[in-house]
Amino acid sequence: MAEMTYRDAVARGIAQEMERDPSVVLIGEDVGSAGGVFKATVGVFDRFGPDRVVDTPISEQAILGAAMGAAMTGLRPIAEIMFSDFFAVCWDIVANEIAKTRYMTNGQVSLPLVIRSANGGGARFGAQHSQSVENWAMAIPGLKVVAPSTPRDVVGLLAAAVRDPDPVLFFEQKSLYPAKGDVPEGEIVDELGTAVVRRHGKDATVVALAAMVPRALEAADRLAGEGVEVTVIDLRSLVPLDVTTVATSVTETGHLVTVEENPRLCGWGAEVASIVAEERLFDLDGPIVRVTTPHVPLPAADALEDAAMPTVARIMEGVRRSLQ
Amino acid sequence: MTELQDQKGRGGTGSGARGTGAAAVGPVPIEVRTSIYKMMVEMRDFEKRAYDLFLQGLVKGTSHLGLGQEAVAAGFAAAMRPSDYTFATYRGHNHTLARGVPMTAVMAELMGRQAGLMAGKGGSMHLTSVAHRMMGSYAIVGAHLTIANGAAWSAKLRGTGEVAVCFFGDGTTNIGAFHEALNLAAVWKLPVVFVCENNRWMEYTPISSVTAVAHPAADRARSYGLDPVLVDGNDADATYAAASAALERARAGAGPTLVEAETYRHGGHSRADPGKYRPEAEVQAWLARDPIPLYRLRLVESGVDESVLRQIEEAAQSAVDAASAEAAASPPPDSSLVEADVWADGGSSWRR
Repeated sequence: MAEMTYRDAVARGIAQEMERDPSVVLIGEDVGSAGGVFKATVGVFDRFGPDRVVDTPISEQAILGAAMGAAMTGLRPIAEIMFSDFFAVCWDIVANEIAKTRYMTNGQVSLPLVIRSANGGGARFGAQHSQSVENWAMAIPGLKVVAPSTPRDVVGLLAAAVRDPDPVLFFEQKSLYPAKGDVPEGEIVDELGTAVVRRHGKDATVVALAAMVPRALEAADRLAGEGVEVTVIDLRSLVPLDVTTVATSVTETGHLVTVEENPRLCGWGAEVASIVAEERLFDLDGPIVRVTTPHVPLPAADALEDAAMPTVARIMEGVRRSLQ
Repeated sequence: MTELQDQKGRGGTGSGARGTGAAAVGPVPIEVRTSIYKMMVEMRDFEKRAYDLFLQGLVKGTSHLGLGQEAVAAGFAAAMRPSDYTFATYRGHNHTLARGVPMTAVMAELMGRQAGLMAGKGGSMHLTSVAHRMMGSYAIVGAHLTIANGAAWSAKLRGTGEVAVCFFGDGTTNIGAFHEALNLAAVWKLPVVFVCENNRWMEYTPISSVTAVAHPAADRARSYGLDPVLVDGNDADATYAAASAALERARAGAGPTLVEAETYRHGGHSRADPGKYRPEAEVQAWLARDPIPLYRLRLVESGVDESVLRQIEEAAQSAVDAASAEAAASPPPDSSLVEADVWADGGSSWRR
């Protein structure tokens, strides 16, 4: 077991899969000799060379189109979109082409590809480099959507994504890149669509994703000091969505709080809330509470960004409201 | 661009690609020419029937016919190897048939039947047959140029010698993906051939009125370090020659070619469009240059027996009759297909 940063875990996960399977290739802006603007692909170019690790121009449509065409003809590309905000300039390739092609062709075309992207706030980058866009992806049939919260999960879920026969959008929360965690030695392969219970408590269920997981855990620690025991579920993947783990926990606790970094409307928490309301209404002993960023673009100044994103205090308040 | 304009004059003698990017190609063998003629006649008869069936309410939704543009699809398909990849647009019936996809499957797809190429899940604008290396018809302008690059990149990495050929309309030259794709293909020296079917009309607007250069594709080639290739798209020998040169260049590792084939669609943009906005004199001038009768005449003049051509024409009619009947006899797709094949496991479940 070695301690490793989230960013180093990205490079390790990519290298693990490229070592195993020669059809895995990596493309994107500055992913090669520069090692990525977030230094998340350091060492991959040196190890696997310029044929398999390819720098591209600033052409997001060309990057994802190349990944798609390569995936449909025998390769397993990992493409990087530097900031997830940039999906807005290549969303046609994602939403119209990659997501729909298997279905439209009646199953003729397989697209085993992964699109990695730095997602989310906390870095004071302002509204065009800080968005949480996992909900965009979740709304399109045909895309799997993954967002790890720990270095270990980065390696294991990235491996699962690369080996998956379907297209996977892999959201790396950029404020987590320097975060450290234990990562076991050897090959790690996880499973998509499986949530993890990070902490168990009988009073309320808090469901979180990516950077909101450590905040939810801190909130749970503090609430324990008030005598409130909270279960924290790390969703890890939005599609497939592990409804079973969430619903089972809600039946036990009777209370649900979702913690989302995305702006309010149509966030993934709304889907989780609607499923629980539809399927476990009579197990609930209080209102479902969604803690989200307000429905605003994310501001740049640290004081404003901190005020916008869900804080530990707001998560605690959300749990208290649910328990009232 | 003087050089390019000088080469723009049209002849009917199959002189090959114009422009500096195409290598000289010898005379087209007669068996290739008869197969090109057969393809063109089949495409023409098929699409005319598709239009009739639309008027009868049997073909639904929309469709975009390539009537008048057959010499591009046939000339290129004749020059391609079976292992090469085709990427086409929503105006893709001809390109699909040209790769040998059975007419029945295409007609049934247009009619939304179980026997359709994609069992009715794609429709006219998304014809795909991976088994024939027809890698898809794409309905968002520009996207598939980037995807063709990916297939070419893969072929290059895998060392297969395959080439991706990507067809698109003149309107595509003004969308960003066109330029992203051309640049990347040139930088990576990809084995890809981009073929602009310039039919002069971007949907309802003349391409010349919305484009900064006279030749929407060829005049952009230099921006990507490529030689302009302008070809008479109504001359199947010329498209065949241009295709052969571009494919050879791609296979030799010399990178992409951007071909502009000048042609004309006989009908409107889509089935809802009678195309009345086009000047009558322009339409008549292009109808007089219909690629199929022109090619027929040339074959006869070069010694092909009339009976051979008549046989091709009769066989095409019979094939279209049979395909239409078989497609019409096919039931609608089973409703279970609605939730099939979102994922590789065959289903559409998003939860566990």
